[in-house]
Amino acid sequence: MKLRTIAHSRSGDKGTIVNVSLIAFESRHYPALVKHVTAARVREHFIGLATGEVIRYELPLIGALNFVVHGIVGGGVTRTLALDAHGKSLSSALLEMEIPDDHLSR
Amino acid sequence: MKTVRIGCGAGFSGDRIEPAVELAARGEVNYLVFECLAERTIALAQQAKSRDRNSGYDPLLVARMEAVLGECRKRGTTIVTNMGAANPAAAAEAVGDVARRLGLSGVSVAAVTGDDVRRLMDTGDYLVTETGEPVRNLGDRLVAANAYIGAPSILEALSRGANVVITGRAADPSLFVAPLAHEFGWSLDKWPELGRATLVGHLLECAGQVSGGYFADPGRKDVPALGDLGFPIAEVPERGPVIVTKVPRSGGIVTPATCKEQLLYEIHDPAAYVTPDVVADFSGVRIQEAGADRVSVDGATGRARPETLKVSLACRDDFIGEGQISYAGAGAVDRARLAADIVVERLKRGAIAPKEIRCDLIGLNSLHGSRLGADSSPYEVRLRVAARTSSLAAAHAVANEVESLYTNGPAGGGGATKSAREVLALLSTYIPRELVRCEVRLEVA
Repeated sequence: MKLRTIAHSRSGDKGTIVNVSLIAFESRHYPALVKHVTAARVREHFIGLATGEVIRYELPLIGALNFVVHGIVGGGVTRTLALDAHGKSLSSALLEMEIPDDHLSR
Repeated sequence: MKTVRIGCGAGFSGDRIEPAVELAARGEVNYLVFECLAERTIALAQQAKSRDRNSGYDPLLVARMEAVLGECRKRGTTIVTNMGAANPAAAAEAVGDVARRLGLSGVSVAAVTGDDVRRLMDTGDYLVTETGEPVRNLGDRLVAANAYIGAPSILEALSRGANVVITGRAADPSLFVAPLAHEFGWSLDKWPELGRATLVGHLLECAGQVSGGYFADPGRKDVPALGDLGFPIAEVPERGPVIVTKVPRSGGIVTPATCKEQLLYEIHDPAAYVTPDVVADFSGVRIQEAGADRVSVDGATGRARPETLKVSLACRDDFIGEGQISYAGAGAVDRARLAADIVVERLKRGAIAPKEIRCDLIGLNSLHGSRLGADSSPYEVRLRVAARTSSLAAAHAVANEVESLYTNGPAGGGGATKSAREVLALLSTYIPRELVRCEVRLEVA
């Protein structure tokens, strides 16, 4: 199932770095996010959009993960030829990622 | 225990004014903050000031003040803002003029200056963080250098009785930290308190983004009366949980979900959010519902602030020319791709010689490329061609090349648009904080 079934997200930028949050709608789904949405998987999901490393931070108290994505292709907000210079729509891209259902109840 | 009510009336330079008017009239706030400086804004303001010494502040400063100043004076609401941009002194004068025009007397307006460190960049051995090159090598291409100042000067202005405090470049949260430090008598080395105040600022600084803006996803995340979006208010007691809410009887929504999205907005390591005032730690933050459109936020702390201040550098860079054109119906995507191919061919063959060319199919792959983009053929698609050039003339030529598809390209192209602009690249460096000397000047209108 797609991540957007169990989580929401917002992205923001600083230079060539974009951060994308991933927040469980319900705290009981947070463990599934932790298990399946690793930094490596996010990096793979964003191939072609980012070339640098992805760092994942965990915030269990609010059921959220924060991904810091380096090396956004294009040269950063002010220089890039990209239409979405700030990478603000990357939140929507992340929410399209598929993860196993793992008998998750809806 | 005393509680301070602080509201945010703007989250960026072009933000809407009506919600700010509502906030001033019905929010019953002690402080109204307008956060209007994105990274680029101050560089553009600097260029405006270089053409006209009396300009360089936010283009909507006067309109905003005309809209709220009367109400704020009536209710004793203090205004704090970075709308001074590249010219806080001229901005303060403009606010004084507004006060006089509105027949308001005794309005004390403070201008905070000192964030402009352009001259300092010519001496000293600063390195550009992004490239490692000396800042001095940028030479005349360096249009602006502004240090992110913190709460101290804003606090001084408030202590001296200012009703309106106008800064240039300041860290966004600092606009909120200073009023809270002023009200609660905190010295600026109370790191946990400053971390907590920084959280308040971080949640409110984008205005509508925490009260239901940039959140709606119909059917999944519904926001009532989004058209009537109300701006946020924080109720901050001296200690303990802060309540995030919004103007009563306005549209929008404040929930743990909206607050979590804003909490993590533009944050990297949540345990180390660095500002000029403190290194804030949001990793222990708890967020819970505390009533309709009321969210309780607790658990932020902080540790000692950094020895250096970040400096935002704006440099003249290349130019970008861009053109767009739409195609519809059967074969729309094929025609758009053909159009892209011939524009690229013409650009490469001709005298323009762009350094870089990018073609997007809007509706298909313009945001996230082909891997994440659509497979199926949409009814309509819009070609976008953007290219990096060394001159403005070449950028216009690129844009014209796209427009010329009307008579030189595939069938049925419509709605062509074009633009050309100079790129102001934003870079950064760091400067020892003692080198940045801020000044507060008060004038009573």
